[in-house]
Amino acid sequence: MDPVALFTLQLLNALSLSALLFFIALGLTLIFGIMRVINFAHGAIYMLGAYVGVTTQTLTGSFALSLVLAPLAAALLGLAFERSALTRLYAREHSAFLLVTFGLALALTEAIRLAWGPDPRQAELPAALAGIVFVLDEPFPVYRLVLIGAGAAAALALWLLLHRTRLGLLMRAASQNAAMTAALGNDVAAVRAAVFALACGLAALGGALAAPLFTAYIGLGTSVIIDAFVIVMIGGMGSFVGTAVGSLLVGFAQTFGNFYFPELALGATYALMIAVLLLRPGGLFGREE
Amino acid sequence: MLALRGLAGGYRGARVLQGVTLDAPAGQVTAVIGRNGVGKTTTLRAVMGLLPGVEGEVTLAGERLTGRPPHLVARAGIGYVPEGRQVFPDLTVEENLRVGQRRPSRQWPPERLFALLPNLRERLRNLGRALSGGEQQMLAIARALVTDPRVLLLDEPSQGLAPMVVRELAAVLRRLAGEGVAVLLVEQNLRLTEAVADRILIMAKGQVVHEASAAAFAAEEEAVRHRWLTM
Ligand SMILES: Nc1ncnc2c1ncn2[C@@H]1O[C@H](COP(=O)(O)OP(=O)(O)OP(=O)(O)O)[C@@H](O)[C@H]1O
Ligand SMILES: [Mg+2]
Repeated sequence: MDPVALFTLQLLNALSLSALLFFIALGLTLIFGIMRVINFAHGAIYMLGAYVGVTTQTLTGSFALSLVLAPLAAALLGLAFERSALTRLYAREHSAFLLVTFGLALALTEAIRLAWGPDPRQAELPAALAGIVFVLDEPFPVYRLVLIGAGAAAALALWLLLHRTRLGLLMRAASQNAAMTAALGNDVAAVRAAVFALACGLAALGGALAAPLFTAYIGLGTSVIIDAFVIVMIGGMGSFVGTAVGSLLVGFAQTFGNFYFPELALGATYALMIAVLLLRPGGLFGREE
Repeated sequence: MLALRGLAGGYRGARVLQGVTLDAPAGQVTAVIGRNGVGKTTTLRAVMGLLPGVEGEVTLAGERLTGRPPHLVARAGIGYVPEGRQVFPDLTVEENLRVGQRRPSRQWPPERLFALLPNLRERLRNLGRALSGGEQQMLAIARALVTDPRVLLLDEPSQGLAPMVVRELAAVLRRLAGEGVAVLLVEQNLRLTEAVADRILIMAKGQVVHEASAAAFAAEEEAVRHRWLTM
């Protein structure tokens, strides 16, 4: 195969993986930005999104509907969880928050196992998305191009939310100084709840988008949350731009690492993280605290 | 306008406030002075609802505010200019102002605001972190004003400012009192205090221990300084 074509295909593969990773890492970083804590349940929410997506599609035959219902279900679950359990924990030690979200991850994983059983679930892509296109005379799956578009659209939508809406303004203000944001008349607890629900919805959307490629299986959440942690560390905790750049770096390191140095593939992501953190301990776009 | 009655509370293991009672009437500047660590900042935080577990009572024109969360205290009509200014460093000046505006300000629309604090107008697109100390202070005041407060709490606004900027600040505070706002000013700077205050209260060990009109205070300043203010 022509090396240029080969490289181009790998580039597109890397971008599509970056796009999927972006959905989950974005939610983690939004939550960290405003609550200063890591949500351990984020991988399980992503997995839930994949299962709800597959089932929606099986029952209704509509892939588009699965991309609506999965995030909606996860956002509602996230909202209920934030309002009932997390909202009491912000004033406490961070370890309480970590334990509770870790507990949710375990509970959710078991609930999924009970509800869907241990076997992987896969849904078919609709015909329009299942085809191939030719890129430099080489065949390439249409769906991966769709993923790239979806990732770019999510990045744009989030940027607009952060910079063009009042909720976005309050998210940025609260991440810089929550007490002062409240002292100017804003209900920061409501902002936190909205952010948590939004982040869960994004993760589930990522899961529903990933399901046709990877199938939905128990453990899907664990593998992806580790990549998401790495992205957030590389980009800088709480930084939107950093998360986008981190997703690209990790997507590229994994795709090209896999292809050109398969025996070192697993190490590529971690080597990247270590290199970045040695040079900039706060991450590429983070502030050192 | 604002009344504190027997406010008590503090931090884990330290009961900083031991029954703070004071009034801040509308149209006046009420100053609170006192040594480091007597609880001035803690008093303002308690009023704002930022200090959990406070005893006693805070009322605004007779309406009880005690126990409300900070955003509802602010909405009731209390503006807060905190110690250290606390502007949002990574928001622009314009965005800093918008955080306080759930709806456009009625009392302080842009023309009036920038007539009062002209330096901010040219800085609207700059980040909070890029402002000088004086500009940050004016921004902190502007940000509180656009919430349309009836009471303005200020915590050591003159700290770190050049004498000329302190004079500007004094003029701004007098203007606000002239507009009918109840200004409660915590300060260490006696010059600013004497220049703007109608009444001066002295705090020691978590209580108000002395109270005088500005004129009376000037007459007894030596004695007061010796008794409550020098270390
Ligand atoms: N977050 C906190 N946790 C525990 N103790 C605190 C905290 N903040 C202040 N204190 C203590 O409470 C006491 C009163 O503090 P406060 O800041 O109210 O004093 P202040 O009168 O404003 O002093 P200053 O003039 O230095 O600003 C001090 O002894 C201080 O050490
Ligand atoms: Mg203080």
